[in-house]
Amino acid sequence: MPLQPEDVRRIAHLARLAITDEEADRTLAQLNDILGMIDRLQAVDTSGVEPMSHPLGGAQRLREDAVTEHPDREAALRNAPASRDGLYLVPRVIE
Amino acid sequence: MSALHVESLAALSRRLAAREVSAVELARVYLERIERHRALNGYLDVRPEVTLAQAAAADARRARGETGPLLGLPVAHKDIFVTREFASTAASRMLEGYMSPFDATVVERLAGAGMVTLGKLNCDEFAMGSSNENSAYGPVANPWDAAAVPGGSSGGSSAVVAARLAPVATATDTGGSIREPAAFCGVTGIKPTYGRPSRWGMIAFASSLDTAGLMTVSAEDAAWVLSAMCGFDPRDSTSVDRPDEDYTRDLQRPMDGLRIGVPREFFGAGLAAEVERPVRAALETYRALGATLVDISLPSAELGIPVYYVVAPAECSSNLSRFDGVRYGHRAKDPVDLLDMIKRSRAEGFGPEPRRRILVGTYVLSHGYYDAYYIKAQQVRRLIAEEFQRAFTRCDLIAGPVTTTVAFGFGEKAADPVSMYMADLYTIPGSLAGLPSMSLPCGFGEGAHAMRPVGLQLIANHFDEARMLGAAHQYQLATDWHRRVPAGFGAEDA
Repeated sequence: MPLQPEDVRRIAHLARLAITDEEADRTLAQLNDILGMIDRLQAVDTSGVEPMSHPLGGAQRLREDAVTEHPDREAALRNAPASRDGLYLVPRVIE
Repeated sequence: MSALHVESLAALSRRLAAREVSAVELARVYLERIERHRALNGYLDVRPEVTLAQAAAADARRARGETGPLLGLPVAHKDIFVTREFASTAASRMLEGYMSPFDATVVERLAGAGMVTLGKLNCDEFAMGSSNENSAYGPVANPWDAAAVPGGSSGGSSAVVAARLAPVATATDTGGSIREPAAFCGVTGIKPTYGRPSRWGMIAFASSLDTAGLMTVSAEDAAWVLSAMCGFDPRDSTSVDRPDEDYTRDLQRPMDGLRIGVPREFFGAGLAAEVERPVRAALETYRALGATLVDISLPSAELGIPVYYVVAPAECSSNLSRFDGVRYGHRAKDPVDLLDMIKRSRAEGFGPEPRRRILVGTYVLSHGYYDAYYIKAQQVRRLIAEEFQRAFTRCDLIAGPVTTTVAFGFGEKAADPVSMYMADLYTIPGSLAGLPSMSLPCGFGEGAHAMRPVGLQLIANHFDEARMLGAAHQYQLATDWHRRVPAGFGAEDA
């Protein structure tokens, strides 16, 4: 079933993207085109096929549980839109 | 020495070693060209004082007795690699002016080999696109034909190498973002095996596909630089733990006995005749050089696009969730609360294509659709990868076209995402399988497209880059398509 405008607004909320009603309407046809193209996969018989999440397979390599990075707080904060006393500032969350 | 910019990397390397030219002098040649050809819009950030300081450091290393084939040679980096000394934006408003606290491993390795950074290169925003029209900083021009797109997402990398504004450029490939622009701009592009170059410091788009690579004039140049670029990196959890390799080792290997698989699905109804003719001629060149052509079939390859447009947006929506306006990147003005700040920062910072892919990815990963879309796509991905493995029991390399058409015009596909996505029909299957692959210039289109280059694609099995580069080099010894320079940028342009 094709997406409806309210689906686009719901997905945008899940993705934490502000979206105007006009943009949701405009995006709707494009998303339905893309999903229509993707739907071709449903016709493929994949019974018993292991999903492939990594092109080379194998297990996830884990590193030693040891301190290796020494983050430079000042350098990291230099790109913050707002900071004070070595902390990131955001709008008040708890009154 | 008035036309150093048309010399090969090997020739420039010899001149540096013989002290006929210094790294500083060479950097100045390119900085002057970059400034003069700013209209191409290939570079997003150029800082001559940084470049010249790096060049002076390379000269000082040589003066202390250091040697090495890349010491003092210039390189430009796609703006997907983060750099300490140049801004790193991923061609997005989201990261305008962002200064990374560290260098990407690829940047670090090439700097360690003595390469000098010329600047950062334009691309599609967050490497999402096939035409460079998705850059927040305006599209790059194709130096061959101003009406044609340079391809994408590494369109800045392909265009500056074609225009000889850098002898080599880094690039990234997720579904074709090196090979397609290399084909459209008539340069040599290589995407190595997934996991061979480090993804550390490469701004993430789709982590199970993203692969660093190169744009160069020739396969020989690519082999030299790739040898320095690739290697195990403990900081990238998907980096492959194998020793470094010398990718130049098979350059002189003869083609006798080489079996080249030709997938019949890559020559279907969608392939333009003006692309098919030069590609078939290139296959004939290989036959004349002693290779055997083998008819192969990759029946599931055409499902690559639907698989890709599930997997890549899913991973993209996850990766791009880090941009929240808190730690770095764009922050919306006057938010009413935290949620409003995050939502508007993302809506304002991301352009239309990243927003579209985030929405698709969020949808296919959402409750109730995960199995139907994401798991299904990963299963079909395996079917495609297994078909390649069956093909490689009958051949050593696979060859075919890179794209269905020559470079299309600006605006031609911009309004229709699905038609834009089809540009990667022949490159996506190899990406899904994590295979190394190249694009080599092999001719031009016809009629009104006589100045639009055509690319030959080579695909090798995992970790078989050296053999692929050898076959590419042998083709380039027999032909001169890779030596063609667009009018106004060649030896006369000094």
